[in-house]
Amino acid sequence: MSTRVVIDPLTRIEGHLRIELETEGGAIRKAWSETTQFRGIETIVQDRDPRDAWAFVQRICGVCTSVHAIASVVAVENAIGANPPRQARLIRDIVLASQEVQDHVIHFYHLHALDWVNVPSAATADPAKAVEFARSIGSTWKGNTIERMTAVRDTVQQILDSGQLSIFTGGYWDHPDYRLPAEANLMAVAHYLDALEFQRSMIRIGTVFGGKNPHPNFLVGGMACTIDLDRSESINQVQLDQIADWVAETRDFVASCYLPDALAIMGVYKDYFDIGAAQPNYLAVGLAGATFGGDPGASRTTSAHTEVKPGVLLDGDLSTVHPFDPTKIAEYIASAWYTYQDGDDAGLAPAQGETTPQYTGPKPPFEWLADADKYTWCKAPRYDGKPVQVGPVARILLAYAQGHQRTCELVDDAAGKLGITVDQLNSTAGRTLARAVEAMISAEALAEVTFPQLVDNLKKGDIDVFDNSRWDPSTWPDKGEGFSFVEVARGNLSHWVTVEDGKVARYQAVVPTTWLAGGRDADGQQGPYEESLAGAGSHPLHDAAQPLEPLRTIHSFDPCMSCAVHVLDVEGAELQVVTS
Amino acid sequence: MTSSLTPPGPAPIDVGRWRAPTLGENLEQSGVSRRDFLAFCGVLAGIFAMGDTALARPASAEPLTAELIADKLSAVTKPNVVWLQLQECTGCMESTLRSGGTTIEEAVLSLLSVNYNELVMAAAGDAANKALDETNKSDHILVVNGSIPRGANGAYCTIGGKSAEQVLRESAEHASAILAVGACAVWGSVQASKPNPTGAVGVDEIITDKPVVNISGCPPIGEVITAAVAYVLTQGELPAVDGEGRPTFAYDQRIHDSCPRRPHYDAGQFVRTFDDEGARMGWCLYDVGCKGPSTFSACPVIQWNLHTSWPIGAGHPCIGCTEKHFFDRFTPFYQTLPNVPGLGVEATAEKVGWGLVGATAAGVGIHAGLTALRRSLARKRTAGEPLEALGEKVWLPDPSVRPADAPADAPADRRPAAGPSQEG
Ligand code: SF4
Ligand code: SF4
Repeated sequence: MSTRVVIDPLTRIEGHLRIELETEGGAIRKAWSETTQFRGIETIVQDRDPRDAWAFVQRICGVCTSVHAIASVVAVENAIGANPPRQARLIRDIVLASQEVQDHVIHFYHLHALDWVNVPSAATADPAKAVEFARSIGSTWKGNTIERMTAVRDTVQQILDSGQLSIFTGGYWDHPDYRLPAEANLMAVAHYLDALEFQRSMIRIGTVFGGKNPHPNFLVGGMACTIDLDRSESINQVQLDQIADWVAETRDFVASCYLPDALAIMGVYKDYFDIGAAQPNYLAVGLAGATFGGDPGASRTTSAHTEVKPGVLLDGDLSTVHPFDPTKIAEYIASAWYTYQDGDDAGLAPAQGETTPQYTGPKPPFEWLADADKYTWCKAPRYDGKPVQVGPVARILLAYAQGHQRTCELVDDAAGKLGITVDQLNSTAGRTLARAVEAMISAEALAEVTFPQLVDNLKKGDIDVFDNSRWDPSTWPDKGEGFSFVEVARGNLSHWVTVEDGKVARYQAVVPTTWLAGGRDADGQQGPYEESLAGAGSHPLHDAAQPLEPLRTIHSFDPCMSCAVHVLDVEGAELQVVTS
Repeated sequence: MTSSLTPPGPAPIDVGRWRAPTLGENLEQSGVSRRDFLAFCGVLAGIFAMGDTALARPASAEPLTAELIADKLSAVTKPNVVWLQLQECTGCMESTLRSGGTTIEEAVLSLLSVNYNELVMAAAGDAANKALDETNKSDHILVVNGSIPRGANGAYCTIGGKSAEQVLRESAEHASAILAVGACAVWGSVQASKPNPTGAVGVDEIITDKPVVNISGCPPIGEVITAAVAYVLTQGELPAVDGEGRPTFAYDQRIHDSCPRRPHYDAGQFVRTFDDEGARMGWCLYDVGCKGPSTFSACPVIQWNLHTSWPIGAGHPCIGCTEKHFFDRFTPFYQTLPNVPGLGVEATAEKVGWGLVGATAAGVGIHAGLTALRRSLARKRTAGEPLEALGEKVWLPDPSVRPADAPADAPADRRPAAGPSQEG
């Protein structure tokens, strides 16, 4: 007999996600991924100045802040023919890299770790043994001292003693599947707090260039921040010295704290390398920060990893890299609250996409959504008709398949230590591990490639950061189309824009979480979240009242639900607001 | 859900209670005997023993007796907090995480008991909803990020199967202080911009029977968010606010008033195009669209991310994100704020000199500056469409008026209804 289980709100993610499940005998048999928020930003951007679009679409997400803005300015530049100078493109790369690493760090420690780490248990740990444990897993983090561990243990004890658990209220602390020894829990809680401190410092790289974080400022045609070593009001040696420090600190944190922690914790939960697999199809246009589309010398940003090419891996075959073809992307709404002119079973390419919301679900408050065909605000993108995974695993596997040296080293090393095979990265633990490996690669690229390049160019007197030739709308074509594919923390992000008579005529974003969180398509194929939970029918869920296991799996994707829902009405028709 | 408690009606805000040192002392003052309290805790001990996870403790810890619970509860000083995220992008939470003043660690571990916040809380699903319902029943501080979409019967944003509006109403019912944090919670922000496809509104359009403190900004500066919470805790009352409900401690000055580029504005030294010589010299960004003259915010004072920089500091014009409906009123962002009566600089030339070192020495400079300014305005007036801000009440730039010149009878926010520019 099956039991219905609802997880809503699914917390520790960005935005609003609801999961409905049917379980039987301690395992998940059916799953529905339900996005319960819709905002309509792409519609709002229509008819506005394309040079303003970045500020609107940036607000799609405040967690992976910057990435939509960069994707937007690149797409607009592509449409109007602006060529930002190489220093501006490098600055965007540096912002993307630092953003991505801090995003992965926040995800691991603050959004995901509590699935694996038992906070109250840390109060019973021996601080000296916690330090020993940290050393034993190769963590050389400077915070691994007895004083620090003692202070953190006391803090946890105080919280427990106060009877007010604050954000730890209602956690599944007596769930039998918390497996770490108390000392490991204490170390992890200490690193949780260190990471909070650290993210404040790491994001300052982006603040120097964009003025604030979240939601820094960008500019069509380049960057607004001037660099001039001989001016006090420009970015000069003072800021470069600061950035050099933060870049070094970033690499150090990932190498000495994050990567060892991820390896050790996933090692304890090794069976999760066999749990949570989604469809073994992967899409990426390169490693994190890579951009794709058209002329890399012109409007595109640069990439530190030009050696990893865009590509697709299909059906679990890691030996054949298929060329990436953007025209093979289509979006389906069989399970989503929209309607298409040609019928709701059609698949539409993003460039011809329609988004007419039509809510047919029950009036809130409701108990269950999945009895109807439509149950989510998230469309279902497919590549060549197949559901695909995007994100760290897709990028790491693609780079591995192409023999990217540093990726192969890190992956082989981790696989050797854990005793897993590379294809096991398609799993709950695998996604978490891939993210940490990727953070290492990005932090190294920031320290060894992009930032040094910026400084080198400065030495040669290259201080231009803005292309003024296309600022004035009178220099634009009557009609221009542009797009950008950018590899951001959660996966492949693309923006498409059509500029007509100086205004945005059409705007669309296809975002990583749409690829992953979408529901069933017209052929009944599940989206990756759904497949990861219900695919083999054996995903564990021991206690419906404490759905710890599915939380682990969904969190491993790093959901970003505000991103997932995009609205566009390409025909420019009135958006239908359902009032009945 | 409906609470079992009687709704207090338009509740007077009494946040002073948190100044009382501990719950134990409070109980004593209100005449509750230790014996009665112990009896109550005995009941609690029974409940906890039945497996309530909120107080789950490691097996090795001492058993929960009535005595122990009484001791612990007596020591409670942390107010409970419900921190909702409705229709939003999580940027406001991220900004809170970045606060260098009261840090998030202090806030969630020592200052407050944040029993419900979707981004950071351990619990999910039913356990999260239970924590929310429990906290809603008692006295708590309510912080709201995000707007409330009223279209489609609330289906554009649901949490736990309830509409955002329902979630907000339930949490506001017994809240003793309500902080709307971020442009979305305050005025609906980006999703409420034309054509507002989901019918998004801010908190104070839903909660009309209690004061709502509006911490505007997209997002607000992290330190401003945590300071607002800390203000309530340490002062025991809500902060003074301006006409828009914004705390004056962070919103009583225009960006333009304390902008380090202001001397260049007064001197007529403007960035003409991004990355030009003036830009590298840190000249005024008015000409490339700066909305600082119409924007109330502490950005130049507090700056961002541990005082690292701020938008104008990094060369980009202010887009006015602390102002009402800035996505509609202040776009196109790169268009110069329009000329207004009062920027007719000739008539007030002698007053303009206040910003400069000395009237005589600066005379020539002023004249040159004003001529440049006039020219730039003439050019901008004909270029493109007027900003929507034209039709609205905004404080427009007027070098002839310094804050001290503002009419004495101005409201608390020092924003004269008609704008000071008329008088210039
Ligand atoms: S106010 Fe801005 S940062 Fe805050 S939720 Fe809204 S869009 Fe995001
Ligand atoms: S217009 Fe903007 S840049 Fe110029 S002084 Fe005012 S606030 Fe500063």
